Amino acid sequence: MKPESQVKETHYVDLEDIWVAYDHKWVLQSVYFSCGAGEIVGIVGPNGGGKSTLLKVILGLVRPDRGTVRLFGEKPGKRGLQEVGYLPQISQAERFFPVSALDVVLMGLYARIGFFRRPDQKDRETAMEVLNRVGMADHAGRPFGALSGGQQQRVHIARALAPHPRLLVLDEPATGVDSVAQEDFYRLLAELRDAEGLSVLMVSHDIGVITAHADRIACLNVEIHYHGEAQACMIPENIARVFGRDLKVMVHDSRCATCFRRHSHE
Amino acid sequence: MSELLALEFMRNAFLAGMLLSTVLAVVSFFVVLRRFSFIGVGVAHSAFGGVALGVLLGVSPVLSALGFSIIVANAIGWISRRKEISTDTAIGIFFALAMALGVIFIGMSGRYNVDLFGYLFGNILAITRQELVIVCVLGILVLAGIVLFFKEFLFIAFDQEVARVNGVPVTLLDHFFLTLLAVAVVICIKMVGIVLVSALLVIPGAAASQVARSYGAMIGVSIAVAVISTTGGLILSYYADLASGAVIVTLAALLFFIAFGLGRLQKTPR
Ligand SMILES: Nc1ncnc2c1ncn2[C@@H]1O[C@H](COP(=O)(O)OP(=O)(O)OP(=O)(O)O)[C@@H](O)[C@H]1O
Ligand SMILES: [Mg+2]
Repeated sequence: MKPESQVKETHYVDLEDIWVAYDHKWVLQSVYFSCGAGEIVGIVGPNGGGKSTLLKVILGLVRPDRGTVRLFGEKPGKRGLQEVGYLPQISQAERFFPVSALDVVLMGLYARIGFFRRPDQKDRETAMEVLNRVGMADHAGRPFGALSGGQQQRVHIARALAPHPRLLVLDEPATGVDSVAQEDFYRLLAELRDAEGLSVLMVSHDIGVITAHADRIACLNVEIHYHGEAQACMIPENIARVFGRDLKVMVHDSRCATCFRRHSHE
Repeated sequence: MSELLALEFMRNAFLAGMLLSTVLAVVSFFVVLRRFSFIGVGVAHSAFGGVALGVLLGVSPVLSALGFSIIVANAIGWISRRKEISTDTAIGIFFALAMALGVIFIGMSGRYNVDLFGYLFGNILAITRQELVIVCVLGILVLAGIVLFFKEFLFIAFDQEVARVNGVPVTLLDHFFLTLLAVAVVICIKMVGIVLVSALLVIPGAAASQVARSYGAMIGVSIAVAVISTTGGLILSYYADLASGAVIVTLAALLFFIAFGLGRLQKTPR
């Protein structure tokens, strides 16, 4: 075992005792969460469970009422944001905007390019390469607004991947993406994890996907109900039931058992 | 035409008109993409308060309008960042307040004979050499500001949240843009007037958005619309002896409807 301090240093994300309230209601309560280098962490939980809020806290978009956030060992916003690729759940991106798919991916490189400089040929090549990896190279020159919803999502994913971030923060990346492209995408994530030590935080409602592709899983409903091995959290006979109506049994863990029904009893 | 250009004030007017309409066209590109039209209206009208303050204090109305508009633009930006008040509410309050203050200042100064009509509706033909220099220098500064941060402004307009996460100083650049917008508005008051300047912050970009699908093309069309309507408006207003601002805006609106029609045509496959 490494000493505690050393373990902390290798953590890309470290949340300690995070509390967030909206309109006098706790959305996150005493949340402890971590993500190390080179691991894929899946986050599951019911609608309104605070998953997107958790990601925003990590990125410094939402300031917690209490607790400490460490991103690459520092306060978020101080440094390292250029090493994060973010895919919001509901993109605020304008749907009709006079840019091509390639232009959108290039935006992901702006931080690297720096102020007062324009993207050059090399940046364009990098962007084309990522577009190729998400299967959108043929659409590079098309107006972004003319793409279908799933195609736009794939372009957003490419933008998040473009600067080769150390950490990818993905809020329901599968939204609108067809199953073939989804499989390709998860394979790509695993490849990047193994080759470049990429870490991924991924919110998903697809329990099958999370258990199949995540190294660890966090189950969140205001509080963290489980944070640990993805495999250990589910036994095979429950997987079938996961896809049934009763999500209560989705995580087979004593700490998690009441996770999805908690609020209905309050 | 040559007869027109033989007159010095006409030459000045053309020079200023072309530069200023280019500035407005480029600002308009972002105003349309960010849906800032109403902010443009608010800032333009608040310039009236600034002009009146200048009259009251005996300083150059252009300078006081500059200060006033920059403050109002940034106040609107600051307030609309808070969740409690929506942007259009904030603008509605500020621009009414600025106009009201303007009326009060004029009343206090007791000078009802100042050329308010010129400020309200523009009189580019009356632009002096000195004003021309000031206006051109400021116009070039606004253009430079936008060119320097163009890709960041584009990113913010497209997806503010991701831009922030990627390290773009969104809040700072927002205030910078609002400042540029305020300067652009004030230097164009001489040309089209307080009442109509906001039209040129919207129409060129709006017309361009109907026909262009890349941002380069959109800026190009936006500039073309602004320059054509300004120069055309100047010539027409000279011969028809009409207020230049009104003719310019009417021409621009006409071009918008043409672009709108062309945009419809593009939709059907040939
Ligand atoms: N900007 C906001 N203002 C007020 N309340 C908010 C805001 N954002 C989120 N909330 C509240 O916080 C709670 C958690 O929201 P959050 O978006 O984090 O949930 P989620 O787990 O991502 O849900 P979903 O699965 O639907 O995406 C919800 O009850 C929501 O109403
Ligand atoms: Mg969410």
